[in-house]
Amino acid sequence: MQVELVQPEGELWSGNAEMVIARTLDGEIGLLTNHAPVIGILAEGSMVQIRPDGGGADIFAAVSGGFLSMCDNRVSILARQAELGTDVDTPNVESFLAEALRDAGAGPEEPPDVRYYRALLRAAEQS
Amino acid sequence: MGAQLRAVRRRIRSVQSTAKITRAQELIASSRIIKAQQRLHAAAPYARELTRAVEAVVSRSENIDHPLTQPIVSPTRAAVLILTSDRGFCGGFNANVLREAQSLRALLEGRRIETVTYVAGRKGIGWHRFRGREMAAEWSGFSDIPGHENATEVASSLLEAFSRPTLEGGVDEIHVVYTQFVSMLTQQAVVHRLLPLEIVQTYEEPPAGPIPMYEFEPSPVDVLNALLPWYVESRLFQALLDSAASEIAARRRAMKSATDNANELIEQLSREANKARQAEITQEISEIVGGANALADATRE
Repeated sequence: MQVELVQPEGELWSGNAEMVIARTLDGEIGLLTNHAPVIGILAEGSMVQIRPDGGGADIFAAVSGGFLSMCDNRVSILARQAELGTDVDTPNVESFLAEALRDAGAGPEEPPDVRYYRALLRAAEQS
Repeated sequence: MGAQLRAVRRRIRSVQSTAKITRAQELIASSRIIKAQQRLHAAAPYARELTRAVEAVVSRSENIDHPLTQPIVSPTRAAVLILTSDRGFCGGFNANVLREAQSLRALLEGRRIETVTYVAGRKGIGWHRFRGREMAAEWSGFSDIPGHENATEVASSLLEAFSRPTLEGGVDEIHVVYTQFVSMLTQQAVVHRLLPLEIVQTYEEPPAGPIPMYEFEPSPVDVLNALLPWYVESRLFQALLDSAASEIAARRRAMKSATDNANELIEQLSREANKARQAEITQEISEIVGGANALADATRE
């Protein structure tokens, strides 16, 4: 199946893949070829995993929010902000995260940017 | 005569330096237009997928009653967002947008709808300030390279006004006036109603066939709630990118004709200078000849 990972300013990744794993508001969803048409809202600051055809290494991307739609073996992942794990500048993100944590204070729930930074770090670690 | 020649040469020099500036501006615009077009194309897939998804949700659940899609029966106040450029030197670009905005406002006021103006771009802000027109909000600094965060900022301000009740200063409709990039040679000032939504196809034709029966996670209503603000943002982002590409194309054309004019002027002036120089030489010769003749006459006597 064909997969594209798109953000508002352009395409981040596209190609053929065996499997896509993402987290929607309802929980994890795994998409294989011939999955039924679905539209799901992605959880804020979550990670998308794409297993490309031909046995390459899995691709991990952090998304700040967005949605995915699957139809006729085409998966579109639309992220409001996204970055591939391999492109993440870890020390930089860590400093942003520290700063965001300091600004956020102690709330019951972490703000979206903190979650996005964490997702970035996780994506960088995995890929 | 010598004075005239000098004056003409001075004018030639000044026109030449103007031509250099306009030529440089033209070249800068030419190199930027490609990038602006690429940005416009790069943003198309996102807008296309988002449109498809919104269409899918709306068509799936006919009885959707979302405030962003419901036209208000008798609107009393409308927001008009005008996208202009930050810098001048772009021919009729801003004048066209502002004229279109004026006629839209006249139309709305004719229907007894009060208008609230939002302006992006320094030129539009200046135009409104000069005329003492009130603006609800203004943005500037990104007219030639708008980022998605700029669209987010503008959209959130408009959505906030839209969600407020009309009695408390909210608006019932949002219109956006911007310049659509048709081609390098054609750009057109257009008006679109942003809210309540009319679902519009942006760039590419939809793939043929009925919309499949999607499953929704978590539920159609939640999906729609999340998608609609993003859709508005994306429409706005497209408008900003269109406007940016148009601005640069308009600037390129304006600067090209300015350079052409300057070159024509230089040609004319150098003809004039040559004539003046020739006249000076002729005069000098006739003076010398006259002087020599007078001298010869004097010695003969």
